[in-house]
Amino acid sequence: MANALVFIDNPGAALKKSSLELLTIARSLGETAVALTGELTDDVAAALGAYGVATVYQPSSDDLDNYLVGPKAAYLAAAVQSAGATAVLLDNSPEGKEIAGRLGIKLNAGVITDVVGVEADGTAHKSVLAGSYNTTAKATTPVTVLSVKANNVEPAPSGAAGTPAVARIDLPADALVNSARIASRSEKPVSGRPDLSEARIVVAGGRGVDGDFGPVEELADALGAAVGASRAATDAGWIGHDAQVGQTGVTVSPQLYISAGISGAIQQKAGMQTSKVIVAINKDAESPVFEIADYGIVGDLFKVLPQATAEIKKRKG
Amino acid sequence: MEETLKIVVLVKHVPDAQFDRHITGPDNTTDRDESILSELDEYALEAALQLAEERGGPKAGNEVIALSMGPAGAVNAVKKSLQIGAYSGVHLSDDALAGSDAAATSLALAAAIRHLSADGRPVDLVLTGMASTDGETSLIPAQLAERLQFPQVTFASSLEVAGNQVTARRDAGVFSETVEAQLPAVVSVTDQINEPRYPNFKGILAAKKKKIAALSLADIGVDASQVGLAGSWTVVESAEARPPRTAGTIITDDGDAGIKLVDFLAAQKLL
Ligand SMILES: Cc1cc2nc3c(=O)[nH]c(=O)nc-3n(C[C@H](O)[C@H](O)[C@H](O)COP(=O)(O)OP(=O)(O)OC[C@H]3O[C@@H](n4cnc5c(N)ncnc54)[C@H](O)[C@@H]3O)c2cc1C
Ligand SMILES: Nc1ncnc2c1ncn2[C@@H]1O[C@H](COP(=O)(O)O)[C@@H](O)[C@H]1O
Repeated sequence: MANALVFIDNPGAALKKSSLELLTIARSLGETAVALTGELTDDVAAALGAYGVATVYQPSSDDLDNYLVGPKAAYLAAAVQSAGATAVLLDNSPEGKEIAGRLGIKLNAGVITDVVGVEADGTAHKSVLAGSYNTTAKATTPVTVLSVKANNVEPAPSGAAGTPAVARIDLPADALVNSARIASRSEKPVSGRPDLSEARIVVAGGRGVDGDFGPVEELADALGAAVGASRAATDAGWIGHDAQVGQTGVTVSPQLYISAGISGAIQQKAGMQTSKVIVAINKDAESPVFEIADYGIVGDLFKVLPQATAEIKKRKG
Repeated sequence: MEETLKIVVLVKHVPDAQFDRHITGPDNTTDRDESILSELDEYALEAALQLAEERGGPKAGNEVIALSMGPAGAVNAVKKSLQIGAYSGVHLSDDALAGSDAAATSLALAAAIRHLSADGRPVDLVLTGMASTDGETSLIPAQLAERLQFPQVTFASSLEVAGNQVTARRDAGVFSETVEAQLPAVVSVTDQINEPRYPNFKGILAAKKKKIAALSLADIGVDASQVGLAGSWTVVESAEARPPRTAGTIITDDGDAGIKLVDFLAAQKLL
């Protein structure tokens, strides 16, 4: 059986759902080990055991977080060698993809990003050209490196829980050389809403909200949704850049995407057109967003959104 | 004044997203007719021009070299970059490069950058876009940094170079950070970093006099077996066009569209 290695970057107090998804995929590929950075709490160790993880690797230095990407890739390469892994799975976050890319060069391994499904033989499914093609791809090298998008498998524990052994990986002596150092970092305030890239429902506003995200946020909260935006809205400073959906923002594929006051430019579509159901509210019937909407309302968002919010609250009691 | 810089800007020729884009042929490669300079690379070019202009521009000895790897048509990405303001251009092209994946592309680009350093003046800075608008993998900047053993500074939303030090801001979802690195470095920039300039009439005329060097694999010391389909470490086994999204129901608000919307969501079991 193959050995699969999952990279988990700073799990904190509990494993994220996307990490559990990676562990579930890894188990379908072979015996699973984890390369961790940051602290390994008892809870996390127990969760890893429940997902059938036999070994957890930790780096000999906790300096990795002070540098961009390169040192983490060096650590992971050493862990892959210790584990004898032939498949490596990472998050599809920007950093996850970059670690995957550098790991591929270090190990002469094929790298496939933006993966939405993995077969037992390592064949990966992904969609390309902004969702216009579905492709299957495979690494032709002994080791395969995959960065996998969230929300594509149901996390499932292994049934036979064990306690993983913990092993240390000595960082290569030159691991920190030629790296960019993080000089300072400030956390942004958290909204309490679901994470945009993983949310089941997204309500997004554009230039049409004209500075007032209130109606968008209220509908989002009634639906338990994340709030997104077009670049016109983030550029105007009406909402943080981290809410931007599209080619240069976040790519989302939720069950439901509600677009309000957004025209549907190609760069916006690139980030949302793989959503399962798209609803558009726009006062201009000629807006291109209506070409991809499952349900379109030609109307004023300041009337339609509050009415929908009130109706949802009424029905939910 | 700051010391002059030798900057290579990576510019990719990509299929225009305004048209339908296709994957064709037995090797499932992207159709490159109707291609343009990847719009995200214009931000890298602008950043390079600003750094060079702060240091006195071409007259003072700064270099801004636009480098594109791709088939014959890719020279148009270089030409456009020269019109916008790049000082000189390089087109890396070879039949053997066709079908290169990220690993093979980064190998060839790294070799080209080393070649450009071999004239006695090493490259100080490699600037790239945050992603190509066709591949969208953002792998090339990270893989180039790995191959060249240059510090990697990716997704920069601001960039300063002082002496030998690069300082950049990066904004991710939940945090904002400042990173520092030493030259030579690979830096990818986001669309938040600047407002790219447009080519003007003067720029278009001036571009005709600028040099474009054509490089082949032999020129950069890369063997055909290391690149293209032969040198790639991944294969695309199948590609299937997704049926385009079609418009669904469109209604005009008569005063109760909010209620109808909730009916629709309830029917779709989305509440
Ligand atoms: C390199 C590059 C990258 C880009 N990346 C992105 C990206 O990642 N994401 C992105 O979104 N864009 C991106 N863009 C910008 C994109 O091209 C569009 O300019 C942008 O998406 C437009 O935003 P908008 O639809 O909100 O604004 P507009 O196009 O101005 O549309 C506003 C819409 O609101 C409607 N409206 C106005 N008032 C109301 C009302 N009261 N009720 C209902 N409807 C109303 C109007 O009819 C109109 O259709 C990028 C552009 C470039 C060049
Ligand atoms: N064939 C190429 N020629 C020149 N630059 C490229 C090429 N491919 C990628 N790049 C550069 O790398 C960046 C990221 O591309 P990618 O990794 O493909 O998303 C682009 O914005 C370009 O600056």
